[in-house]
Amino acid sequence: MEMKAITQCWGPSGREGKISELIKSEAEKYADEVYTDALGNLIAHKKGSEKKIMLAAHMDEIGVVVTYIDENGFLRFSNIGGVYIKRLLNRRVEFANGVIGVIDTESDNKEMKLSKMFIDIGASTKAEAESKVSVGDMAVFVGDYIETDSVIISKALDNRIGCAALLEVMERASGDNDVYFCFTAQEEVGLRGAKAVAYSVAPEYALAVDVTDTGDTPSADKMAVKLGGGAAVKVMDRSVICNADVRSLLIELAKRDGIPYQLEVMTDGGTDAGAIHTSRDGVKTGGVSIPTRYIHSPSEMASKADYNAAVKLLTAFCEYKF
Amino acid sequence: MKELLRKLSGLRGISGYEYRISDKISELFKPVADEVHTDKLGNVIAVKHSTKVNAPRLMIEAHMDEIGLMVRDIDENGFIGFVNIGGVDTRILPSCEVIIHAKEDICGVIGAKPPHLQTAGEADDVSKIQDMAIDTGLSADKVKSLVSVGDAITIKGGFCELLGGRVSGKSLDDRAGVAVLVKLLEKLSDVKLDFDLYAVSAVCEEVNGSGAATSGYAINPDMAVAIDVTHGITPDNSKNAFELGSGVAIAKGPNLHPALTDRLISTAKNNDIKYNVEVEGGNTGTDAWLLQVAREGIPTALLSIPLRYMHTSVETLELSDVEAVCSLLERFCVELDCDLEGWLCI
Amino acid sequence: MYLKELCELDGVSGAENAVRSFITDKIKPYADSITVDAIGNIIALKKGKSSDKKVMLSAHTDEVGFIISGITDKGFLEFKTVGGIDTRVIISKRVRIGKNKLSGVIAMKAIHLQDKSERGKVPKVSSLYIDIGAKSREEAEEHVSLGDYAVFDADYELYGDTVKSKAIDDRAGCAILIELIKKDVQYDTYFCFMAQEEVGLRGAKIAVARVKPDIALVVEATTCADVSGAEEKDYVTSLGKGAAVSFADRSTIVREDFYRNLLRVASEEKISVQTKMALAGGNDAGAIHLAVGGIKCASVSVPCRYIHSPCGIAAVSDIEAVYRLADAFLNRIDEFLE
Repeated sequence: MEMKAITQCWGPSGREGKISELIKSEAEKYADEVYTDALGNLIAHKKGSEKKIMLAAHMDEIGVVVTYIDENGFLRFSNIGGVYIKRLLNRRVEFANGVIGVIDTESDNKEMKLSKMFIDIGASTKAEAESKVSVGDMAVFVGDYIETDSVIISKALDNRIGCAALLEVMERASGDNDVYFCFTAQEEVGLRGAKAVAYSVAPEYALAVDVTDTGDTPSADKMAVKLGGGAAVKVMDRSVICNADVRSLLIELAKRDGIPYQLEVMTDGGTDAGAIHTSRDGVKTGGVSIPTRYIHSPSEMASKADYNAAVKLLTAFCEYKF
Repeated sequence: MKELLRKLSGLRGISGYEYRISDKISELFKPVADEVHTDKLGNVIAVKHSTKVNAPRLMIEAHMDEIGLMVRDIDENGFIGFVNIGGVDTRILPSCEVIIHAKEDICGVIGAKPPHLQTAGEADDVSKIQDMAIDTGLSADKVKSLVSVGDAITIKGGFCELLGGRVSGKSLDDRAGVAVLVKLLEKLSDVKLDFDLYAVSAVCEEVNGSGAATSGYAINPDMAVAIDVTHGITPDNSKNAFELGSGVAIAKGPNLHPALTDRLISTAKNNDIKYNVEVEGGNTGTDAWLLQVAREGIPTALLSIPLRYMHTSVETLELSDVEAVCSLLERFCVELDCDLEGWLCI
Repeated sequence: MYLKELCELDGVSGAENAVRSFITDKIKPYADSITVDAIGNIIALKKGKSSDKKVMLSAHTDEVGFIISGITDKGFLEFKTVGGIDTRVIISKRVRIGKNKLSGVIAMKAIHLQDKSERGKVPKVSSLYIDIGAKSREEAEEHVSLGDYAVFDADYELYGDTVKSKAIDDRAGCAILIELIKKDVQYDTYFCFMAQEEVGLRGAKIAVARVKPDIALVVEATTCADVSGAEEKDYVTSLGKGAAVSFADRSTIVREDFYRNLLRVASEEKISVQTKMALAGGNDAGAIHLAVGGIKCASVSVPCRYIHSPCGIAAVSDIEAVYRLADAFLNRIDEFLE
């Protein structure tokens, strides 16, 4: 699938209908069955007779939700997921119906509180605003897609790049394992979709496929992961310490196939792995991440080489005879 | 008991890296249990079977993981950056000796900026983990050939006997609980039980309780007792804390099943086992919290051993308190029959 | 509706016994089976015309309160809060302690004895204590044990068109479910009276694992901030404007089809409803919708001013609207199951 289409598609947490449809159209070409559950997770199953494996990539993105419309047509809002409140000024947001708004603040807002910010959609009355947007409607941040020789820049690389990887693995992987490709909902609001789907799929092994921070920008918080340093094999994040067997296997496969890899110790943020490994009586869970700079901004940046490495590594994992 | 604690305290297994010690812990249980296995997340489960078919199940649980550090990055000079695993008190880290569990175990010290290089404000502030590094004295090349990002690091510590039957060492939280499990099974070795007893040494309590949640789900017991540590009274704090030597702290509150807790209290009373009541209004911050809501719900109780200086290299407790927990559970098990209907209701 | 009787019962999280017995007694004639589980949830099954689907209706029995954690040498009681209580509302309030409803007052030193810095600050809960009049530890211990629970000692009263009570959250929901179980239902319907919502959605988590419903509706009380000094954008809900329907809160994002269906059905049945206009708070839906592979779940709530205090206020008309909307949900359940 075109990386541009999948990153630019609209889908904040809990309102993943559009992105789910888009992924489904592609997944149906490769999977034996494709279905959704009560939380909006999209599950593509490639049947096999060996180990039951789950790959999870979340398809939701961060955004905002309208909580109030004032008499002059300005919208008040709340965040969906981990939005950097202090960096919101003059960001553009887009609603499901294409309406665009601009975020600004009351002038007295030194602490940059969300409660003093508003969205301007160009309406001049409450009635005009309400003809376009309702309380409870969500919007996502606008961030165009740009591709250079080496990198991709877009909104929502977190985690559409992971979704793209899963689709590519689904197309490529052969072998006898019973693989569930899970495009999870509501990761950004607390790993919610993965919790449900881990229970219903009940896999033996699982991998969360997501983005990870890097430590290679000027005076960045220290971290070993670098853009262009290869697929990141997750050791831990705030939600999980990965299963040692899974981690060793990923390293072994990367070495065997000459896939560039690096080890990831991330202290900010969790991933679907956190929800999956504690499901039922436990799931051996690991993670493959794509190093990404400026996560949760409209200009997330990832390396094409890292993406390709991740696809290769995930494919090798799916094809592995356990 | 002391030698068992010394042995357990010396084992090195931070959350997620319990596989490094699970064999040694299994070995402790093998002589005293009918069956010992390690499950897929690494929980060590020792079972003592009853003589009855379809007997009820009692799960007694302590966590085997310890807090520690993990390699985050290695700089060009071979200094090792790290992150904390579990609630490490940052103030104990400067000049702390550690062991890096790399391709081989490597000793190192956590360096700190010397006082004459500190600015006025820095001297009083606690250093951030981001700014600390481990110095191994090895060349950068040597470090890089041995150490990987993600390697576990434990605090070196050391076990010692203090006055008054008290001991000090690292990781007594919650290896003292594991010691109780071993000793309990030993005491029960000649006893025929009316129920199946599952003694679980669980993983990852210090990070997210995944061991308790998953083993509780798998075993699906009729009731569960978690064993952990609680705070001992010190010169600077007596609130929510207990004197060393005051016996077992039996917890009450929404997290704990009233009938099971009352039964433990009356068992303590009837057998002259010293105890106190510890009260928590919500989350007890122990594995009991997740055990209570595993599957369709498990009646759960919590027994704690008073311990001073929690999450440091000098955790200190009194052996008589560990014995008290052990005796209480022994009496509880001996007196328990398979008819739970009569008393185990909410 | 048994709202007054329910609100007057004491049932802090973990000690819902009195509420549980009252409800069990009232629903017994109407339920086909009643189960009380390990944490104290009541799970009452009302058989439907069909058993093809399972429907869950949920309200919680517990309320916020206190638990006695220590007794001083002079006979004062130390306590901890159970559930989220704003410390400002507890100072100088009467409480009832334990099964014998012993009277006590939550106290701190008089204003004259506070220094300037203390006067301007909300004290820590750990610096407050309960005075039961005992002169010594021994005397206090005759009446109170560690682990005893305490609740606000405040009367249920009618204030104009509103009711005032300590426990509208969520005895209003319990009262509504007790009425609804009397009616015939389309599908097997589980009326769940959940324990321990206020300490982390604990009861719901295990009840839903047992019931595994196809769809669930949570009947709750929610924040209402249409009060003096607040701006309209921060009201969350308004008193008297009808049942509050949530599109999301901090624990749940409701499926859009479920949320819209509730609004549509309310409009067709001429039930007054309002959208909950904030992501504040969470309720048992947060535990229910994530369980056993994911459950369709939404909540309708009674707006309640001064929630989690001795004197919550709710409009009678709003409680009626929530009742009617939950009733309509059951009557038109097929439209929600699609």
